[in-house]
Amino acid sequence: MRARPRLKNPILRTRQPLTPPMPRSRTALGLTAQAAEGRFSLQRCESCGQVQYPPADSCRACLSEELPWTPMSGRGELLAHTTLHHSNDPFYRERLPWRLGLTRLEEGPVVVAHLHRDCPPPPAAVGVTAKLDKAGRGVLVALPADELGDMSTDPRHGEFSCDPEHRKVLVTDGKSRVGQALVRELAAAGAAVIWVGQAEPWKKFAGQDAVEKLPQVTVVPLDLTDERGVKRIGAEIGGRVDILINNAEVHRTQGIADSGGAEMARREMEVNYLGLLRLAQAFGPAMRARGADGGASATAWVNVLSVYALSNYPPQGTYSASKAAALSLSQCLRAEMQDAGIRVVNVFPGPIDEEWNQPLPPPKLAPERLARDIVRGLRDGVEDLFPGDVAREWLARWKDNPKVLERELALESRTA
Amino acid sequence: MTELLQDLLAGIAADKLKVVDLTHTLGPSFPQLSLPPEMGQALPYRSEEISRYDGRGPAWYWNNFTLCEHTGTHFDAPIHWVSGRELPNNSVDTIPPEHMIAPACVIDCTADAEHDADFLLTRERLEEWEAEHGRIPAGSWVLMRTGWARRVNDPVAFQNFDEIGQHTPGPDVDCVRFLVDERDVLGFGTETIGTDSGQAQRLNPPYPCHYYMHGAGKYGLQCLNNLDRLPPTGAVLFTAPLKLEEGSGSPLRVLALTPA
Repeated sequence: MRARPRLKNPILRTRQPLTPPMPRSRTALGLTAQAAEGRFSLQRCESCGQVQYPPADSCRACLSEELPWTPMSGRGELLAHTTLHHSNDPFYRERLPWRLGLTRLEEGPVVVAHLHRDCPPPPAAVGVTAKLDKAGRGVLVALPADELGDMSTDPRHGEFSCDPEHRKVLVTDGKSRVGQALVRELAAAGAAVIWVGQAEPWKKFAGQDAVEKLPQVTVVPLDLTDERGVKRIGAEIGGRVDILINNAEVHRTQGIADSGGAEMARREMEVNYLGLLRLAQAFGPAMRARGADGGASATAWVNVLSVYALSNYPPQGTYSASKAAALSLSQCLRAEMQDAGIRVVNVFPGPIDEEWNQPLPPPKLAPERLARDIVRGLRDGVEDLFPGDVAREWLARWKDNPKVLERELALESRTA
Repeated sequence: MTELLQDLLAGIAADKLKVVDLTHTLGPSFPQLSLPPEMGQALPYRSEEISRYDGRGPAWYWNNFTLCEHTGTHFDAPIHWVSGRELPNNSVDTIPPEHMIAPACVIDCTADAEHDADFLLTRERLEEWEAEHGRIPAGSWVLMRTGWARRVNDPVAFQNFDEIGQHTPGPDVDCVRFLVDERDVLGFGTETIGTDSGQAQRLNPPYPCHYYMHGAGKYGLQCLNNLDRLPPTGAVLFTAPLKLEEGSGSPLRVLALTPA
């Protein structure tokens, strides 16, 4: 548990967000793509088996160009370390002194890694993990071997994580089972304030009252179809929101033939796509301005999408389309947020165990599990989250061949 | 004959006739009719800015708005219900304009609705009202005053849902039959979201006010405001819906002229 951040002096100018240097080669961005999903992988040569670092277009040992990204054990030995006391880069100047080291991985290569404060001097066993830095680039971090994966004891934790502890969070829909689970999970994770959005206040759902009574919770009227309402709430609390979790959605189970007109599909788009746009316009600018605002700065924006955003699931065809639109817009949001160091996290659950998926057979993702994975994803600082077995299986099939997956889903929906 | 109109205007100018606005302001948080979520839904009022003296339109301010034909203070035409689907002139664009100016009888049920949110207006209550105020004239509006409009800024109280649905007052089956068959009224108006009660889906037939009124070519008015400012008899209502092609209803400004 981290100490509560010191309150900032409101007379002083708010520190402007800076990011570490961005440019990377296309090949080196492979490390970023792996770290975005929380994996530490390096290129392993298909021909000679050599693992290489830094990434390159061909194998340094045998010149093969078949270099699939392969997960690493993370075990390594710290060979050398140094502490930077000077830098010409504005980002690092603000963060000096900064500790770096050379680590030999169990798989062979020697890598440059940021060093956790508690890493003993070399030679020492360390654990190496891949993280996204403030610029969203994949970087390597070495931790004491017995603390593998736990960054939270280091003051540098905040550079790689979006921990909700002591932070002020908006959950855009606090009524649904997912929303309620998120609020409980955030409260347990130590969030200081949780605003809970509510559309159509006259509709009550089981469990809603208990969540609203949590001491951290403040209910706010928020209907993503209402431009003026979204702007008003953005004006009221946007300058204080550190983490925004957009879980509001309209979910209907229909394809084209059985939807009888465009009205239901429009409602899905109004919330799932245009709702995200309205939120981003109302909350984005204030959050961007607070990307480096003291110990509890604005840090993350989470979109609860669907694995159907990757490829259309015909029995829920219009819903899939609205989530695909939201995914595309979310990539735009990520690009606009990156200079402020605010992470945009996309969550791609498979079918969730909620009312609209009632006829679907298991496995279905429990809302509590989804909420836990989202909070863990924030702590770990990942960018793309595929919670549950179904989502990970879809992802694997999609990565393997999106066209084949499209055909498979078309066939599945004939029997669905 | 122009004297009649001049008298009317002079009456308004001299405050001998009052103009009463029976309309609620329509904003995005105005409570919306809610059906089971798997059914098609009526859109609430939404407004998106086109420009406001800015780069999108330097010298002008305007909005696009969307809403359902049945959002806010609104009018129901006979075509709205299956029972009125075959009638001539049954949509808002074809109803005779003469029907848009008509007298109103106001039945005060405020105390009953305060006591019982599910209060149903009965034929007996109408007969008691007639004993005091005279027979309900053919071609007049019958307005059920319940005080519900006072709840409009509290959407939860206005909708009044619990786990078995909505609890709002309305007419019972006999009351509707009496008004249609024996009084030949123009239509029925309420302060609540429907002309029927909140639990009317459990009456026989379901939604009797919609079923019989529209089946007989009568109209409905919903979400009325300021009914407490109307006398039991003597007010004249101006109810012109938008002329929407094949429209089943329309938001509208409802005005009443009453003796001062």
